Amino acid sequence: MLAPRVIPCLDVDGGRVVKGVRFANLRDAGDPVEIASHYEQQGADEIVILDVSATPEGRGNALATVAAVRSVLTIPLTVGGGVRSVADAGRLLNAGADRVATNTAAVERPELIAEIAAQFGTQCTVVSVDAGKRDGGWEVLTTSGTTRTGIEVGDWVVQCGELGAGEILLTSWDRDGTRSGYDLELLSAISHLVTIPIIASGGAGQASDLVAAIDAGASAVLVASLLHDRDLTVVDLKEAMAQQGIEVRT
Amino acid sequence: MSHDVIVVPTGTANIASVLAALGRLDAQASISTDPDRIGSASGVVLPGVGTFGAALRELDRIGVRQTLLTRIEADMPTMAICVGLQLLAVASEESPGVCGFGVVTSTMTRFPAQVAVPQLGWNRVQHSQQSRFIRSGWAYFANSYRLTTAPDGWIPATADHGGQFVAAIERGNVLACQFHPELSGPWGLEVIDAWLDTTKGSM
Repeated sequence: MLAPRVIPCLDVDGGRVVKGVRFANLRDAGDPVEIASHYEQQGADEIVILDVSATPEGRGNALATVAAVRSVLTIPLTVGGGVRSVADAGRLLNAGADRVATNTAAVERPELIAEIAAQFGTQCTVVSVDAGKRDGGWEVLTTSGTTRTGIEVGDWVVQCGELGAGEILLTSWDRDGTRSGYDLELLSAISHLVTIPIIASGGAGQASDLVAAIDAGASAVLVASLLHDRDLTVVDLKEAMAQQGIEVRT
Repeated sequence: MSHDVIVVPTGTANIASVLAALGRLDAQASISTDPDRIGSASGVVLPGVGTFGAALRELDRIGVRQTLLTRIEADMPTMAICVGLQLLAVASEESPGVCGFGVVTSTMTRFPAQVAVPQLGWNRVQHSQQSRFIRSGWAYFANSYRLTTAPDGWIPATADHGGQFVAAIERGNVLACQFHPELSGPWGLEVIDAWLDTTKGSM
């Protein structure tokens, strides 16, 4: 039996961790190396770094950040943001990422998923999907939530699986940074469509939200704001999950 | 005398994590494709990410398959990780028609359809009484194929994902882990450290 993973997410811009609401109004949350190491000590099962830099200079910093974080971590590191080619993925892996996540570029050119999977394996190939609510469902958003593609999230996730994605990082844009709970309807609907694992993202506000996401079909839960704000620790979250009968890595 | 540990690049592997873990344990680790160095090093790590076929093609391209086989048969300290373990098998359902090392007389098969594939995440590993390197604990896995029974002459550690599977096998100074010890936190570092002991004083 696999233990559901608790995955702190660090949005990084220009070498600093930032966090906003619905991908905007970013505020500084600290040094990525210090923060990643701190979360590992608390019992984090994996770390996700999303490079949210808007500039080429920021992108350059991201590789250095990945290398620096890798050197202190003994748990898996998944990195996304700006991955547009197999070469981009290779650079992040060489810098110390264990898995890479694609988003906008994969929507624009879905074969990118198959190319990364063929080169580095499905276990290495994560697709980050930003879901925006619309009448009767959810549509795929790209370019940090600013473009509504009209593509149905369910259709896209199934296609990602067929192309070789090993995992889906499913973010509810509507809930991101709001701490109002994961979009459980979205998780339940999507996790029933595929056998590859789904990471729930967007909206974690308290420990019970994580339990609900696992019950809704997520294999892992992404947390950011509630840890960065120091309201709760990974230890608190895992204790609460264990009390609800969810087996967690201790 | 320094105890040099060689990490063999299998082409698609992200070896930064392996090097970081060895470095943290103060091992003198370096990357090499030189058959002479791989043949004589105090320890050799064969990491693996990617597919069975691609990793074997790369080992054949750099011409170190026989060197690695000789090391393993001579019980020289060698650690294989993830696809590294799978390469020891005869074949894998992942890459039909491709021949593995055949050190282990079994074929790698895919996890059953009723569980999530790939197996991604932390699973509980159960050690055998005779194990030198592994104590029971939580290990990080990222694989779609596995051995279901332990090969003769090897001491297994096991885990469960849609049924019992082989989490690691060891024989003398050779350790092959289906999980990633370099990504399995302090527990994983203990596994690597226990194996590193065999590289000290064997030469």
